Amino acid sequence: MEAYLDNSATTKTAKEAVDIMLEVMQKDYGNPSSKHMYGVNAENYIKDATAVFCNVLKCQEKEIIFTSGGTESNNMAIVGGALANRRKGQHVIVSSVEHSSVKEPFRYLAKLGFEVTYLPVDSNGVVILDELKNALRDDTILVSTMMVNNEIGAVEPIEEMSKIIHTFNRDIVFHVDAIQSFGKYRIVPKKMGIDMLSVSGHKIHGPKGTGILYVRDKVKVNPIILGGGQQKGMRSGTENVPGIAGLGVATKLAYTDFDKKIAGMRAIKNAFVEGIGKIEGTKINGKTDEESAPHIVNVSFPGVRAEVLLHALEDKGIYVSSGSACSSNRPELSSTLQAIGLDKNLLDSTLRFSFCVDTTPEEIEYCLQNIAELLPVLRKYRAH
Amino acid sequence: MFKAFLIKYGEIGVKGKNRYLFEDALVNQIKFALKEVEGEFAVTKVDGRIYVQAKTEFDYDETVDALKRVFGIIGICPMVQIEDNGFDDLAKTVVEYFRQTYDDMHFTFKVNARRARKNYPLDSMEINAEIGHVLLEAFPELSVDVHKPDVLLQIEIRQQINIYSIEIPGPGGMPVGTNGKAMLLLSGGIDSPVAGYMIAKRGVKIDATYFHAPPYTSERAKQKVVDLAKLVARYAGPVTLNVVNFTDIQLYIYDQCPHDELTIIMRRYMMKIAETLAESSDCQGLITGESIGQVASQTIKSLYCTNEVCTMPVFRPVIGFDKQEIVDLAEKIGTYETSIQPFEDCCTIFVAKHPVTKPNLNVIKKSELKLAEKIDELVKTAIDTVEKIVIE
Repeated sequence: MEAYLDNSATTKTAKEAVDIMLEVMQKDYGNPSSKHMYGVNAENYIKDATAVFCNVLKCQEKEIIFTSGGTESNNMAIVGGALANRRKGQHVIVSSVEHSSVKEPFRYLAKLGFEVTYLPVDSNGVVILDELKNALRDDTILVSTMMVNNEIGAVEPIEEMSKIIHTFNRDIVFHVDAIQSFGKYRIVPKKMGIDMLSVSGHKIHGPKGTGILYVRDKVKVNPIILGGGQQKGMRSGTENVPGIAGLGVATKLAYTDFDKKIAGMRAIKNAFVEGIGKIEGTKINGKTDEESAPHIVNVSFPGVRAEVLLHALEDKGIYVSSGSACSSNRPELSSTLQAIGLDKNLLDSTLRFSFCVDTTPEEIEYCLQNIAELLPVLRKYRAH
Repeated sequence: MFKAFLIKYGEIGVKGKNRYLFEDALVNQIKFALKEVEGEFAVTKVDGRIYVQAKTEFDYDETVDALKRVFGIIGICPMVQIEDNGFDDLAKTVVEYFRQTYDDMHFTFKVNARRARKNYPLDSMEINAEIGHVLLEAFPELSVDVHKPDVLLQIEIRQQINIYSIEIPGPGGMPVGTNGKAMLLLSGGIDSPVAGYMIAKRGVKIDATYFHAPPYTSERAKQKVVDLAKLVARYAGPVTLNVVNFTDIQLYIYDQCPHDELTIIMRRYMMKIAETLAESSDCQGLITGESIGQVASQTIKSLYCTNEVCTMPVFRPVIGFDKQEIVDLAEKIGTYETSIQPFEDCCTIFVAKHPVTKPNLNVIKKSELKLAEKIDELVKTAIDTVEKIVIE
C-alpha cells in the first residue's frame, strides 16, 4: 500500500489539467502575443483560466496576474507593493510565522531601508490582534500574513485583521498568502478586505510553476519582472500558456462540489487526529477543530528523530515531511514551531501530515498502524 | 592551433622490462578520461612516447583538464604538428607559432631540435641555429640564452614534425591499474574520498564500500556517496561501489553491547565486511580516510582495535594529516562541496555522548561474545544482499 500524505508540499497533477496542457503544447502552441490564429487560440486559454479565477474570487479580469507560482506572487506583492507605495511611508508589518517566500522579501525590504515589524502569534500559531493594533503607524503601508499556516494548519483571522488595518487607514495594502488555503476555503477578496492574494497551482492539483497574484483594482504594485510588457506590463515574459490552462482547470475542479470535498477532507483529518490521540507518546501541535485547516496535522513524537521516522514510514510507502518541505534541504529548525513556543527537544521530532481530496480512510488507517508499530522500535534505538 | 598533445610521464620510464605494461595502462586511463570530453581523440604510443591527437573539433580547456586528472602524467605539451614540406615551411610555422603563443616577446629563448629521422637535410645543430636566427629576425625583442632560457622551443623531426614550448604540469603518480586494486571505505565525509584519490594516484585501482542504514540514513545520504564515488572515478577510472545494508547489524550490536563501545564494534564489523567484499573482488588492500585522533574512533587505541579484525593491509594515506590539510586536498580534487552536504552517515546516528577513546581489545572482544548467536548470519545476509553500482 502507498499513502502520499505530503500534499502541502505538492499534489499530484489532476488528469484534466494534464490533458489540457498536452493539448496546448502539442496543438495550440502559439505565442499569445502573435497576431495570427495561433496567437489567438493560445490567448483563449488564458482568457478561460482568467474567467475561472474571476468566478471563484468574484473579481475583475484585470485584477488577475499570472505568475510562476507562490514564491513569485509573494515577492511581487511584497517588494512590488512596498516600492509602489514608498512615498506614503516606509513601515511594513508581517506575522512571525511566514513561509520563506514572504520572510525573505521582507528581509530584502529591510535592506532597502524599510522598517519591518514582526507580529507575534499565540501557541496555536494565530496572530494576536491586539499586537496588530499596536503595530499600526501613520507611515505603515503594507501588512502581510498567510491565511493557512503551511506547517501547523493554523488559520489566521483575515477578516478581523483587515477590519483593524483598514479602519486605521484605508490606504494600507493588506496582502494575504493564500497558497495553503486556496482550494480549501472560499475566498472573496473584496468581501474579506484583502488587497492582494497569492495563489499557487501545484498545491491544488495544478502544474508546478504556475500561480496568480490577485491585485485589487486601484491598489498600486510595481512589476518585478520587466521586459516585453505582457499582462499589461505587470508581468513580462511570454505567458506560460500550458501552465495557465492547467491551473485554470485545476482551480475549477477544486471548487466543483466544494463543500462535499472539504467535508471529506475534514473527516479524514478528524480520523487521523483521533487515531494519533490513541497512540502513546504523541503530541499534536496547534488546533485540530473546525477553526484549523482541513488538510494539515502537525505531530511531535518525543524521543524520535523526525527524519528517521520519516524514512521508516517511507520504507512502508508512506510519504510525509519534516518541517516544511520547501526548506527541508537546510537542516534549520522550523521558525513556525519556535514561534508557537514548541519545546526545543520536540523541534527535531515533528512531522507534518497533509491530505488531499484523494486521501482515503484506508490510507489513514495504514499510516496510523505503521506509526504505532514503528514508534516503540525507534524509541528503543537512539543516541545516548 | 594545437591539435595534439605530447604526454610526458615520469616513473614509468624506470620500470625496465615492464615498461610497456605501464604505458598501456596510461593509454587506457587517458582514453577513459577523454571519454567525457567533447571531440574524438586518437591516443597512440609511438617511438616510446604517448601522443593525444584530436580527430575532430575539440574543447582545448576541457581536454587539458581531463588530462590533468590522469595519474602517471607529469607533463602535457600542447603541440603543433606539421608535415615535412621543407625547411622554409618549418621556419614559417615556427614564427607563426610564436606569434600566436606569446603576446609579449621580451624574453629569452633557446631552440632544442632533435632529429630522430636522420635523413632530414639539416642536423640538429644547424636547425637550432637557423630557427634561432629566423625568430630573432621576426621578433627583434627576443634574445637568446642557451643556459637558462625563459622559453625552450622543442622541434622534433620525426615522420611528422612536432613543435612545442609549453609544458602543463600533470598530476604525477602512476597509471591506475598498474599497482593492483584496493577497497575504499567510502563514508560520505571529507576524508575518505581524499584517501581514495591518494591511493589511486599510486596506480591502484579502486573499488568502494558504503554502509547504508535505512531508515536511519536517508536515500539522499546514499546518493551523496554515489556522487562522491563518481568524483573519485574521474581520477581513479571506473569504480564499483558496494552498498551494504548495515541496519540490522547496527541494531543488534546496540541491543547486545555497551553503548560506549558501539562505534568501535560497529567499525570492526565494517572492516570485516569490507575485507570480505575486497577478497571477492580481487583487492589486495583496504583504504580508509582515518587520521589519528580526529574523532574518538580514530585514536591510536581505537585504530588498534579496528585494525585487528583485518589480515589485509589497511592503507590510511591521510593518517598524519591535520583536518585542514585534508580539506585543502578535498577542495583541490573537487570533492569538498559534495562532502559537506548535511546528510547523516551511519557512524554518527547512535553515537554515545562519551564513547570510549581508549578501548581495550580484550574488553571489546568480550563484548562481542554477546553477539555470537546471530552476528554471523547477519553479516552473511549483509554481504549476500550487497548492491553493486558500477560507475563508469
